[in-house]
Amino acid sequence: MINRINQTFETLRQKKEKALVGFITAGDPNISDSFSIIKAMCKSGLDILELGVSFSDPTADGPVIQRSSARALKEGINLRAVLEITARLREETSMPIILFSYYNPIYAYGAKAFYKDALAAGADGVLVVDLPPEESDEMTSQWSGNDLALIRLVAPTTPLERMAQIAQSASGFIYLVSKTGVTGSDGLDTEDIKEKIELLRSATKLPICVGFGISTADDVAAIASLADGVVIGSAFERLIEDNLDNPDLASILANKVNEFKKATKIGSRLRLET
Amino acid sequence: MRHNKAVNNKYNQDKFPDSKGHFGLYGGRYVGETLMPALLELDEAYNKIVPDPSFQFEFKRLLQNYAGRPTPLFYAKRLSEHLKGAFIYLKREDLVHTGAHKINNTLGQALLARRMGKTKLIAETGAGQHGVATATAAALFGMECRIFMGTEDIQRQAPNVQRMKLLGAQVVPVTSGTCTLKDAMNEAMRFWVGAVRDTFYVIGSVAGPHPYPVMVREFQKVIGDEAREQILENTGGLPAVLIACVGGGSNAMGLFYAFMDDPLEMVGVEAAGKGIKTKKHAATLGEGSIGVLHGSKSYLLQDENGQIQEAHSIAAGLDYPGVGPEHSLLKDLNRVQYVSIDDEQALEAFKTLCVLEGIIPALESSHAIAWAMVEAARRPQNEIIVVNLSGRGDKDLGIVSGL
Repeated sequence: MINRINQTFETLRQKKEKALVGFITAGDPNISDSFSIIKAMCKSGLDILELGVSFSDPTADGPVIQRSSARALKEGINLRAVLEITARLREETSMPIILFSYYNPIYAYGAKAFYKDALAAGADGVLVVDLPPEESDEMTSQWSGNDLALIRLVAPTTPLERMAQIAQSASGFIYLVSKTGVTGSDGLDTEDIKEKIELLRSATKLPICVGFGISTADDVAAIASLADGVVIGSAFERLIEDNLDNPDLASILANKVNEFKKATKIGSRLRLET
Repeated sequence: MRHNKAVNNKYNQDKFPDSKGHFGLYGGRYVGETLMPALLELDEAYNKIVPDPSFQFEFKRLLQNYAGRPTPLFYAKRLSEHLKGAFIYLKREDLVHTGAHKINNTLGQALLARRMGKTKLIAETGAGQHGVATATAAALFGMECRIFMGTEDIQRQAPNVQRMKLLGAQVVPVTSGTCTLKDAMNEAMRFWVGAVRDTFYVIGSVAGPHPYPVMVREFQKVIGDEAREQILENTGGLPAVLIACVGGGSNAMGLFYAFMDDPLEMVGVEAAGKGIKTKKHAATLGEGSIGVLHGSKSYLLQDENGQIQEAHSIAAGLDYPGVGPEHSLLKDLNRVQYVSIDDEQALEAFKTLCVLEGIIPALESSHAIAWAMVEAARRPQNEIIVVNLSGRGDKDLGIVSGL
């Protein structure tokens, strides 16, 4: 099977571009609008989609994603429905789709069935926020293969030795958390991120995408000059929240994707110039 | 109702948890990467610092001179005579400083935090007893303190909110979810992710990621150590049964642990709230299924999609849809029987203890008393029941008088 994640990074590398990775809570504000929003985003320059599986108790998320999860759950979203959305998206796009979840919904679904059904739906990878390498054998040991990329987090608190250990069991790319705190926290220290990326590059050859607290085009350009990809989550979800009754919701999100994609191009050039 | 199985005292407590914090299937460390290095650091510090004689000396001295230990083991004569059955002894954790067993653990954790060089404490609280106990330890050691508490609990446990504020803690109201203990713990974990470098998270129960379940048990086991010695001294024998209420399960683990190898029964009493059949309850072990919440795997109240369900209890400290992982293992091994008592039965027991013994118990502890009344009435007079009276009920007067 051709791995869509590797292929995406390879194509971007050849074009000297950086990946724009977008997180969207599946089913927010409702299942049909969510599908239209995501489809519009995919056509406007998004390179990789992270599809959020809502959990009732999202302890790693700030207020914006908490509220978006609550809206989706109220609409009756669950892992099975997210896999259905994935399958429908797969008919429309060849973009890599990463399922972004807490562990309990996957545990309740069953790790073995999840692997099979996620691949069948056309997902390319999974990121389980609260499943560190120490605990993840119980999930991956039930997988019948390794076609589903296991995206791993590296945090600002992760020491070098642990980075290497995490990278060993990771595939697809490494998600570098830009700062301590929950998703959507303010403030970005690019000097600090630069150091972390350099350290992480000494531990892995996988592409590095940076996320948490990136909300403006300037932030995106700054991170794109350093990393292989930029992850945006809360900024998109905030836009959804501010336009819940706006009939142009999908095109508002699409425009934002377009703006951020341009910023990644500015960012990649920044690095070439320096 | 009581299971008439032979007592299984084969639980080998030295085997659990393993080095990664697993109690059989349960426990572990299910947290985001930002917290993992902090938990590894805590585990290392816990293993190095706590067994050290100088730590043990300081901890024991504080328990004695500051918290007021040992607490008495009191023969509840009028209650026993009223029930015309087994003799009921009460382990008086309500008499310890701050009014509940929670102080044993917060003194231990604050002492550890200080030795690790952490200057700030945070905690979640439901009934407010753990919040008060953490604020107390913070004041004693001159540390900054922030307590997360659901707005529903702030309202129903108002006296404890005032106490925390007097003790210099900042009480952070939590408005997400059901505005109770579960949500307070969510918010404390979120705050910790952002403040992990200088802040020590004082978890109040034998729940959360490793090493919290084993660490909290270690700091609470003094309850059972004392009770075992006291009952042998008072009666020359062991009790037939131990009874404690279970929310997260710290007072129960604290009482049970010293007796694990003894040939006796143990009963953990969960909150049946408005009744098991109404779904408005907190009987996690009785009615739940296995899942992952707040950093560990254990029984949970959840739906078929793995979404956590609301718990309900008149006792804020039991109003939690999870339970400590060691209790899940003890349930599976049949070493401990888990039963439940509803709001009304707990209130009845509350009132009974007030008038028969002159003791106002916490609504949480009233669940254990209620089960003890059931057990005592059907057991012979030569048997002894030890109940953990885990806290005093002053905090609950608003709830009880408002009914």
